[in-house]
Amino acid sequence: MKEIKILGPGCPRCEELLSRTETVAREMGLECRITKVSDINEIANYGIMMTPALVVDGQVKCIGKVPPPDEIRKMLE
Amino acid sequence: MDWKRESKSLALLTIIFAVLYFLPLESIRVRQAVLEAIYLLRNYARDHVILCLIPAFFIAGAMAAFIGRASIMKYLGAGANKITAYSVASVSGSILAVCSCTVLPLFAGIYRIGAGLGPATTFLYAGPAINVLAIILTARVLGLELGVARALGAIVFSIVIGLLMHIIFYREERVRSETQMALPEEDSDRPPAQTVLYFVLMIGILIFANWGEGGSGSGLWQTIHSLKWTITGIMAILFGIILVVWFRLGPYYVVATGAATAFVAVIFPGQPLIPFLVAIIGLSVAIARGGNEMGEWLMQTWSFTKQILPLLFVGIILAGIFLGRPGHEGIIPARWISSSVGDNSLMSNLTASLVGSLMYFATLTEIPILQGLVGNGMAKGPALALLLAGPALSLPNMLVIRSVIGTRKTIVFVLLVVVMSTAVGMIYGSLF
Repeated sequence: MKEIKILGPGCPRCEELLSRTETVAREMGLECRITKVSDINEIANYGIMMTPALVVDGQVKCIGKVPPPDEIRKMLE
Repeated sequence: MDWKRESKSLALLTIIFAVLYFLPLESIRVRQAVLEAIYLLRNYARDHVILCLIPAFFIAGAMAAFIGRASIMKYLGAGANKITAYSVASVSGSILAVCSCTVLPLFAGIYRIGAGLGPATTFLYAGPAINVLAIILTARVLGLELGVARALGAIVFSIVIGLLMHIIFYREERVRSETQMALPEEDSDRPPAQTVLYFVLMIGILIFANWGEGGSGSGLWQTIHSLKWTITGIMAILFGIILVVWFRLGPYYVVATGAATAFVAVIFPGQPLIPFLVAIIGLSVAIARGGNEMGEWLMQTWSFTKQILPLLFVGIILAGIFLGRPGHEGIIPARWISSSVGDNSLMSNLTASLVGSLMYFATLTEIPILQGLVGNGMAKGPALALLLAGPALSLPNMLVIRSVIGTRKTIVFVLLVVVMSTAVGMIYGSLF
């Protein structure tokens, strides 16, 4: 069970990353829980300054961009 | 279905429905206002989109794709040299921040894991005001004077406000938390000179393509104006060469684009918009076929466009309905505006900066709104005061700021912004 978090205060790019990640995870048949974190303080606790960011099992995978689906797939594996 | 997420769309649709349902279209004033909104939209579509906004989006996209953000963030990290931190915080907004939703996480980060309260407030204040799109459009729509005053005012006062916050809360400067700053991976190892020239040419194309007719009859300004398409064309050719040689863009696409542009320019002499559009379309196709980096550039450009244009258009419609085009009236009577912010008095400037600090402006929408206000008789000082207080602050973002730095610091920050903007507005108003 993977713990996936999308960090971002709610801008269109964050929503885009969220929906892309959901799609990719579904395609992979990945067992996971995806949560959206929009609290600024919690985001800062990850040491992240550029949003959106993708966190998989507590590890920051990408910062400040919306990567293409195949890259997201690699990050989720 | 996630009803919590959907509730926003539901509320929005309900509001739109209610407005349409009760719309008093019979009133002449309302009809006039709706017409004004459409006129204003057309003005923007004709005057600002092709030559100004589209190139500006490409520049903003290029900044996001090619400038090493990680290297900038290092200067704002914990233990950074204070002088460097303040200067970087005050100008880096032009590169790092394009909307308030990127400013806030950066602010929280700089405060909690980075350089501390002073540079964080400096960044918070300057970021939204000096992003590259905002400066370009301010200068284009509201005049070069106000554009420059806005950029300079934001930089200078951000540093002053940051330092004041640091001094006021010196004793409380907290123990730094141990969080490691997570940074995006470094970008490519292109020599800086190449990147600089690439940006200089792009900005040059933007500036010369938009070179307006000067007021007076002759002189250097006019000479440049008569040569502007020649200069723009030469820069565009150089830009194409750079893209092929340094950025490994397919030469066939670039040559084809150049040829098509030249061909169209000959067929439609005196209509520079057509070849300009052809060049932009050619460039987009070329970079879509280019490598990874080029793809990233196009993607960033597109995501800025997609994010900002709809907001800007909504802003223009609202500005048109309430304020009308410059020289015309919308729903709000012009005398209200000229009586409350029409001169350069203390009250006018204070009103403008208070309104600006409470109101929420989506990225760039402050510009059509201000254009409407100025058209209805707002004086120059209050206009600058509103520009300085507006984008940095709004009621919703005060709440977020409060959750990061607490109530007392937020109040002091807001007061500083309002007081500073009022003061700068008065100084500017008395100078120009």
